[in-house]
Amino acid sequence: MQLSFLLHHEADNVGVAVEDIAAGSDVVGRFRDLPQEMSFTMLEAVPLGHKLATKAIAKGEAVVEYGVVIGLATSDIAVGQAVHVHNLKGQRWY
Amino acid sequence: MKDRTFLGYRRADGRVGVRNHVIILPIDDISNAACEGVAALVPGVMALSHPYGRIQFGPDLDLHFLTLIGTGLNPNVAAVVVIGIEPKWTARVADAIAASGKPVASFSIEGTGDLKTIQKAARATMTLLQNASELQREELPMTDLVISSKCGESDTTSGLGSNPTLGKVAERVTASGGTYMFGETSELTGGEDIVAGRIADLVQRAKFERLFKEHTDVILAQQADLLGSQPTEGNIAGGLSTIEEKALGNIQKIGSAQVTGVLEMAQAPTGRGLYFMDTSSAAAESVTLFAAGGAAVHLFTTGQGNIIGNPIVPVIKITANPKTVASMEEHIDLDVSATIRLEETLAQAGERLIDMIQATASGRLTAAELLNHREFVLTRLHRTA
Repeated sequence: MQLSFLLHHEADNVGVAVEDIAAGSDVVGRFRDLPQEMSFTMLEAVPLGHKLATKAIAKGEAVVEYGVVIGLATSDIAVGQAVHVHNLKGQRWY
Repeated sequence: MKDRTFLGYRRADGRVGVRNHVIILPIDDISNAACEGVAALVPGVMALSHPYGRIQFGPDLDLHFLTLIGTGLNPNVAAVVVIGIEPKWTARVADAIAASGKPVASFSIEGTGDLKTIQKAARATMTLLQNASELQREELPMTDLVISSKCGESDTTSGLGSNPTLGKVAERVTASGGTYMFGETSELTGGEDIVAGRIADLVQRAKFERLFKEHTDVILAQQADLLGSQPTEGNIAGGLSTIEEKALGNIQKIGSAQVTGVLEMAQAPTGRGLYFMDTSSAAAESVTLFAAGGAAVHLFTTGQGNIIGNPIVPVIKITANPKTVASMEEHIDLDVSATIRLEETLAQAGERLIDMIQATASGRLTAAELLNHREFVLTRLHRTA
């Protein structure tokens, strides 16, 4: 099955879409440097380059990419949902 | 990289260049017209017009002079014609460039007027250009090149593909004794501790921490919501959500390399290795500062399609976003989009980028050069007096 998203780091709870993904599609993702694959069904459409949740993230919890916290979830996010400025806020500057 | 060579120019001060430009350099905004007049009369030279240089003072004026002098000293420049409104500041820049052994002519306009200045300067320019045209490229080690890096209109494909491709190049350049610069101070926010941790020299690390704090304190003092500016609207459209995420993608450009030293704006590296330069995160400002610091080739990654160039430094444009490759292909020198589909390794993409650096350094024109992108943008530190 075609690769739909990539993860930077084992600890990440978001992946990056490497193709335009439609809502309801079954997707496969991989880590750049690890053999494991993961697959699930997308709840929302995510365009190429945008992020999707690979684990459930509760409101107020850390969103992790590159193995580092990139901000906090501003609402509950389910696996297969889009993660962007509507539900993720940085902790620096603003 | 150790045994690889390119065809370039060795300058009088020992630095190596990849272009052979003769530039007409205005000291101030009101000397642009005379510089452009000279460039119109002598085809093959460039006027580097800019909007500043009057009534500046303190650190802001120091940076103005450093940037102009560094631009003249850049190894891609064969000779310089300096024109300013009055003789003192004109001589300050011209003398500093000439001290390197580079051919320089300088003219001031007060008491003479534009037309007579243009006539005299055009005559001197003819001679400088003719002499420069006799210089031949010679075989030089690639490790003598000073390479700088910057990303613009980044998206998540930058952190996933194009920036780590540069990271492979940074690792190889520094391991083989070359020189590589990175900067974008504010865009390290969220990854600044990772960069600081790569600086083994404690004095240099403290300097980095001071420069980072000074730079970002100015931003924080405005108490503004920067969403839309930093990250930019282009970053957000491309999927980047926070400054922290942007920073972590940004620092992929240095791979796992250790940082040798920390430079002030427009300062040249003091040796070989990997150098951080305090710079603006705006593309044209930062590439102008790297050029003033002596970069001969610039590596520029983009996600959504930043189209920047520089008048004296070839800017190699790299993207990992397949949509940008398709929609803006005339701007892209190297497509590394296969890396985000895992169809090409980062090491393989890095090898192709080193081939592109070698070709570009030997004379291959970049997309930005072919499209006439010559952004020369001076960084201002504070208000005019």
